[in-house]
Amino acid sequence: MQLVYFAWVRTRIGKDAETLAVPAGMMTVSELLDWLAVRSPGHAAALEDRSAIKVAVDQQFAGPDTSIAGASEIAIFPPVTGG
Amino acid sequence: MTLSAFGARLQEDSFDAAAEQAALLAGRSDLGAAVSFTGLVRADHGLIALTLEHYPAMTLAQIQAIAADAAARWPDTIGTIIHRHGRLLPGEAIVLVTTASPHRAHAFAAAQFLMDWLKTKAPFWKREEWADGTTRWVDAKGSDDNAAERWLAE
Repeated sequence: MQLVYFAWVRTRIGKDAETLAVPAGMMTVSELLDWLAVRSPGHAAALEDRSAIKVAVDQQFAGPDTSIAGASEIAIFPPVTGG
Repeated sequence: MTLSAFGARLQEDSFDAAAEQAALLAGRSDLGAAVSFTGLVRADHGLIALTLEHYPAMTLAQIQAIAADAAARWPDTIGTIIHRHGRLLPGEAIVLVTTASPHRAHAFAAAQFLMDWLKTKAPFWKREEWADGTTRWVDAKGSDDNAAERWLAE
């Protein structure tokens, strides 16, 4: 599964993307974030405040309970600030 | 009618708001109102630049989805949306929303809707650069969320 990071999620993790084999049985965005958060101090810092984290599954905005089954790209980023 | 009533573009280069509005209106004599909004980089307290990062695989599709929503809400209204990315200096334009309709209420409403939703649903992130060399990611504003959410009640 391809993970892509933007803005301060990217700078805290220290990379803009990584390809990870997620454990079988991992079903939701929330479970993925829990698993990612313990991978490194950078991941932990980026994902510390879950209320400030937004996720897109295959380029569609997702919530904590959105399924990640079969997804090819998960993007993790702060609330957007364009416009 | 064109294929889509609202055109959307994503670019690093600057744009000419007046030329975009003229192009939108060209050949139409049924329009009674044209609205043009340009968002600018404001030089707050020593800000020297603003860099807009975005999610290339998602950004244009998301802007087009917002535009399609506007087209469904105001079927008599046309428009153009241009959003820039990259490093922009104070005074430079960031975003253009220009709309036109037979009646001003629709042109105003569609422009406001597009801006409210671009602010909260398009995957862009602003990073500020300051004169002292520091940088800071801009925080999302609750007031922007409120502005976007009021359209859901209608």
